[in-house]
Amino acid sequence: MKLARDTWLTFQYEAGQLVHNPVSVAVSLLQPITYLLFFTPFLKSVMGASSYGDAYRIYVPSLFVAMGLYSGLFAGFALLAAIRQGVITRFRVTPLSRVGLLLGTELMWVVLVGFQAVIVTVVAFIFGMRLPLISLLLALLLLAMMVLIGVSLSYFLALFVPNQSLLGNLINAVATPIGLLAGILIPLSVAPLWLRDVALWNPFAWAANGMRAIFGGHAGAQVVWEGGVILAGLAAMAVVASSRLFTREIS
Amino acid sequence: MIEVSGLRKSFKARRKRKVTSVEAVRGVDFAVQRGEIFGFLGPNGAGKTTTLRMLATLIHPDGGDATIAGADLRRSPAQVRERIGFVAQAGGTYGQSTARRDLVHQARMYGSPKSTAKGLAEATIKAFQLDEFADRRNSTYSGGERRRLDIALGVIHSPQVIFLDEPTTGLDPQSRARMWQEVRRLRDQGMTIFLTTHYLDEADALCDRISIIDAGLIVAEGTPSDLKREISGDVIIVDLAASDTAGAPEPAAMLEASKILSDQAYVHSCETIDSTLRLYVDSAATAIPQVMRALSNKEIEPGAIESRRPSLDDVFLAKTGRTLAHR
Repeated sequence: MKLARDTWLTFQYEAGQLVHNPVSVAVSLLQPITYLLFFTPFLKSVMGASSYGDAYRIYVPSLFVAMGLYSGLFAGFALLAAIRQGVITRFRVTPLSRVGLLLGTELMWVVLVGFQAVIVTVVAFIFGMRLPLISLLLALLLLAMMVLIGVSLSYFLALFVPNQSLLGNLINAVATPIGLLAGILIPLSVAPLWLRDVALWNPFAWAANGMRAIFGGHAGAQVVWEGGVILAGLAAMAVVASSRLFTREIS
Repeated sequence: MIEVSGLRKSFKARRKRKVTSVEAVRGVDFAVQRGEIFGFLGPNGAGKTTTLRMLATLIHPDGGDATIAGADLRRSPAQVRERIGFVAQAGGTYGQSTARRDLVHQARMYGSPKSTAKGLAEATIKAFQLDEFADRRNSTYSGGERRRLDIALGVIHSPQVIFLDEPTTGLDPQSRARMWQEVRRLRDQGMTIFLTTHYLDEADALCDRISIIDAGLIVAEGTPSDLKREISGDVIIVDLAASDTAGAPEPAAMLEASKILSDQAYVHSCETIDSTLRLYVDSAATAIPQVMRALSNKEIEPGAIESRRPSLDDVFLAKTGRTLAHR
């Protein structure tokens, strides 16, 4: 009960910082919207999509995976900033549940990325992409699990490499192969066989396949459930591991 | 209110690929009474902050025991957290947040429901006179304003004990005086205050009792006046830098002067600090003429001679062989 209350309290406080600073939220939307507006036309001609609606159907699922992966992974920077400003220390000397502190912050990231995804969907809708509401909700669920995995991984890295510039390089070193092997820039279908075998071990590749199926109108496809189960298991493990990390000493 | 015995902590440090253990706190004992302002005085790196962080449940002690407001530090850290407030040296607020938002949230972290928390925040804003800027972004505050917010956050739940880590470091004299006033006000409300400082005047003027800590060990404890009384008599400071050249004296001349004065029967001890000699004597009035005579017999001309009452720095020097001032 206390855990739920403290999670909600932390979420309210962290989300409140965002609500009171809408400019930072707007800036965080720039990248996905830019990709949406400028990358999709390329894709339309390369993939030979018949309409913009079709091109968005191909690209938006990739963009969701990219947003889940990158937004999650960069959460470690915010954690380092909070530690440097002494905010985490101040929270940790109060009776606030330390697991609640972690979960509330992770929830804030899930909601922020979810919000970005909804905006992206609205823009894509304006340009002709159509998607049943239930499919969108399913896609958002997959996205939420990706964010949880990304944030946990990022916190893990941030607490072991408490140095901003090194963390940046490390996150890029982790994110680039995961992103490439999820086929979010170039589809894995054009990759050589050995690369596709490697990608079988990449949960984000499963997520990307599931996302594409959902946007392609096959929300009930096997690949969606497979991806969902893999992500759910991994997200649960990631959250447990990072809450252990959070209850340790943080200096 | 606070009882500490044998508290220890060491850190692993990596130097030239070798992992060595650095003993930050090497077994400290002290007790703080209810309603007291207790100061930990020591140079940077003496173990003040490490001790404080252990008592605030942020890091686990390697050994020793502590009881804070009746709660056992090792067995029930959660209880300790409920009963204490802690203000870190670095503060602890987001620049883009506001004092009011942070105060409401802080009260809620201590379990207050939303409406109570709002009332508490309002009362705290009044008490610490934060009204003027409470709804502005924290990043726009002056150093003194931010410090006042930090302390307000630390005491919004009316803890029995409040820990302040170097509460006035980096503040201008006016803000420091104001902060001393706030600390005394908290004590008058019945809080027990444990603070660290490396300012001698702060320990002297603000604290009811102090512990002097150096290299992880407590070297002296008592009220500032008791500690100073241990150093009997007066202090004479002989500045050997010639007043006209302003240059430092020859090391050989310093050594000779130090030797001559140490040999004088009326000098209890003589310490060399930069270009000055610090002499501990029973009475400055009778010693100064003799010091002048002894020096001029050897044709040493001091630039200046002054006398004063012993300070906490003299206590620190007597206990550690080093001086705390001029750092």
